[in-house]
Amino acid sequence: MLGRTANGLFWMYRYLERAENTSRLIETGQRIALTRSGVSDDEWRPVLQSAGGAPAYDAMHDAVTRDLAIDWLLRSPDNPSSVLSAVAAARQNGREVRTALTEEVWEATNGAYMTIKKLLARKVQDRDLPEVLASIRQHTALVRGATHGTMMRNDIYDFSRLGTFLERGDNTARILDVKYYVLLPSAMSVGSSIDNVQWDSILSSVSARGGFRMAFGNAGGARDIAQFLILDRRMPRSLAFCVGKILDNLGYLISDYGFRGEAIDHAEALAEHCMSTDIDAIFDRGLHEYLQDVLLRLGMLGRQIEIDYRFSG
Amino acid sequence: MSEIRHFDEMWGRTEEVRGPYRELDGWIKGEDPARLRAKQREAEELFRLTGITFNVYGRDEAEERLIPFDIIPRIMSGAEWRKLCRGIEQRVRAINQFLYDIYHRQEIIRAGRIPAEMIERNAAFLPQMCGVNPPGGIYTHIVGIDLVRTGEDQFYVLEDNARTPSGVSYMLENRETMLHMFPELFAQNKVRPVSNYPTDLRRSLAACAPTMTTGRPTVAVLTPGIFNSAYFEHAFLADQMGVELVEGQDIRIIDGRVAMRTTCGYKPIDVLYRRVDDDYLDPLNFRPDSQLGVPGIMDVYRAGGITIANAPGTGIADDKAIYSYMPDIVEFYTGERPLLENVPTWRCAEADAFAYVREHLHELVVKEVHGSGGYGMLVGPTATKKDIAEFRKKFEARPANYIAQPTLSLSTVPIFNRAGLTPRHVDLRPFVQVSPQGINITPGGLTRVALKKGSLVVNSSQGGGTKDTWVLDD
Repeated sequence: MLGRTANGLFWMYRYLERAENTSRLIETGQRIALTRSGVSDDEWRPVLQSAGGAPAYDAMHDAVTRDLAIDWLLRSPDNPSSVLSAVAAARQNGREVRTALTEEVWEATNGAYMTIKKLLARKVQDRDLPEVLASIRQHTALVRGATHGTMMRNDIYDFSRLGTFLERGDNTARILDVKYYVLLPSAMSVGSSIDNVQWDSILSSVSARGGFRMAFGNAGGARDIAQFLILDRRMPRSLAFCVGKILDNLGYLISDYGFRGEAIDHAEALAEHCMSTDIDAIFDRGLHEYLQDVLLRLGMLGRQIEIDYRFSG
Repeated sequence: MSEIRHFDEMWGRTEEVRGPYRELDGWIKGEDPARLRAKQREAEELFRLTGITFNVYGRDEAEERLIPFDIIPRIMSGAEWRKLCRGIEQRVRAINQFLYDIYHRQEIIRAGRIPAEMIERNAAFLPQMCGVNPPGGIYTHIVGIDLVRTGEDQFYVLEDNARTPSGVSYMLENRETMLHMFPELFAQNKVRPVSNYPTDLRRSLAACAPTMTTGRPTVAVLTPGIFNSAYFEHAFLADQMGVELVEGQDIRIIDGRVAMRTTCGYKPIDVLYRRVDDDYLDPLNFRPDSQLGVPGIMDVYRAGGITIANAPGTGIADDKAIYSYMPDIVEFYTGERPLLENVPTWRCAEADAFAYVREHLHELVVKEVHGSGGYGMLVGPTATKKDIAEFRKKFEARPANYIAQPTLSLSTVPIFNRAGLTPRHVDLRPFVQVSPQGINITPGGLTRVALKKGSLVVNSSQGGGTKDTWVLDD
């Protein structure tokens, strides 16, 4: 496979994952805004931070308002992580690697782009927002489904998966980092209803409310949430899960290609330092410091993959 | 114009349905027009989803347009097709011999059949190709011969596309769409398949591999990238052939071979089907500012390390000024009379021709010698007085830049629109593959149709559409 093709696949799936994550964050923000009694736009700042690119937002706007934040996250061409930008970038990368995709994956991607572009051609009205968000997720899910159902399990698939899980791990870590203080043991003592809303928002930004309830019932607290989203390997958006998948896929590439690059060393170090631990040790070390370390390591791992597999000349 | 009675390929001149269209006619009569209209819309959806779009130059980069597709097929009998094939084969063989000659001893010039300046002062002539022997002796591996029809037995070659004929993906996708939408039609008519094209092409290209190739030749398609208007086709062909789609940035010269950067290191390419123009192919040998090509590829080529399809410099054979010499070229190299006719052509560089053409602009088709895509062309009979006056200024300033031809009464084939079946002018581009093993012509081709009433310009950039083209197995 061409190095450029590996690069295109990697980024196509990163952007798809990102589009989905951004839409999930909007949904969470909206949910909090609707469930809180006092009407305030405060909740949108952390959402912008989780989605990345808050400084770019501030450069364009004087204040954070609900309307502006939603539009920024959904449609802004100045925001590379907006749903529209991410879907367009995914499709652009998909076009570049058209020959590596099955017809079904390409058509699902192209279809997602066409529908989402139409849905987001204009500012989305309040009453249409839930439907638009549902449609976005449905379309990215179609691409994922076509990927699972029709793609050969070869290097093409491995690079797609690497992109998916690097992006997902990165997103989960960032969501946790923006709200890490809510999860600190000291915050448990507060135990007010506000914190419940905050916990709830963290879980729903990674579609984990149901999973968490299944694992912990209604008894789970902040510590359990952190444990669940960082170390639980059953949870498909947890850091440990993503790192596990990255290790798997790098392993397949090594046995396929018959050579071992350096990326696997980075991934193994990440697993060893950050995933083979328990949540109390993470709290002792400092949750924020821990998450910063994970983000840094994920970044380095991504760059090493690009080097190992000759993404560019 | 309207007084000319056009030959219609379905109804002939007599309103009696011609043989190849009889089954289709019966089928259409039994169909509900509303269902056909729905099918026409469905076809459009299918094309949009597959992403068969083209970028229009000079427009917003994001804009991708669909070439309109018409659901009524264009049908030829097996006998009509076989006759055309003989003519096409003869012509393609002559073109390859002409190219070899032009880049070697230039016998045709010595024999006085073509003036030397037609070659030497032609921008499409590449002095760098002189004395180079392309692997297998083939210059133009993939050819599209544009034909028009004016009567039951009268075909003309409108133009030869010897450098990079495009449109083959439409031939294939049009057929796929028809099969998908009207399977019953293919049960009623025995239509020869076109779907072997990619497999045949890969085989044909592999047969042209340089002699130093060991094992199964590695073929790749070279594209300028996703912003090229034909990118969809490049990706489509690479995908269908099961070969890599490469860009200049993927390629480097290593140990005298052209090699592509794969995830496991550099891998040599044996045959490169390039969809990048000569000028951009090699910044070391041609345009130094090109980002699209491969520095040094020409040196590898000259040393026999790679096959480039089509060979650099083939443009000299499809230049519009050379076109007028094609009957001589065919005769000179094959020793036979040309089986396919050329449209009579005035070379406006010649004083007599210029004098005639300037007096008759209103009835002629005048084309730029180096133009393509229907840009910069005058169709006298349908042009307004203002169009002609504006064109005259450009024309008289640089007559040598133009050729002129009589306005042919192109055949029509019905399209399906609001009024039902309505005749529209068409042309035909059959696709030809050439290798040392022989010449292969895919039964069918790309039928382009001028969707505007009375229009003779079929180019997609000028509002033309396409049709599925059937050759019956009889």
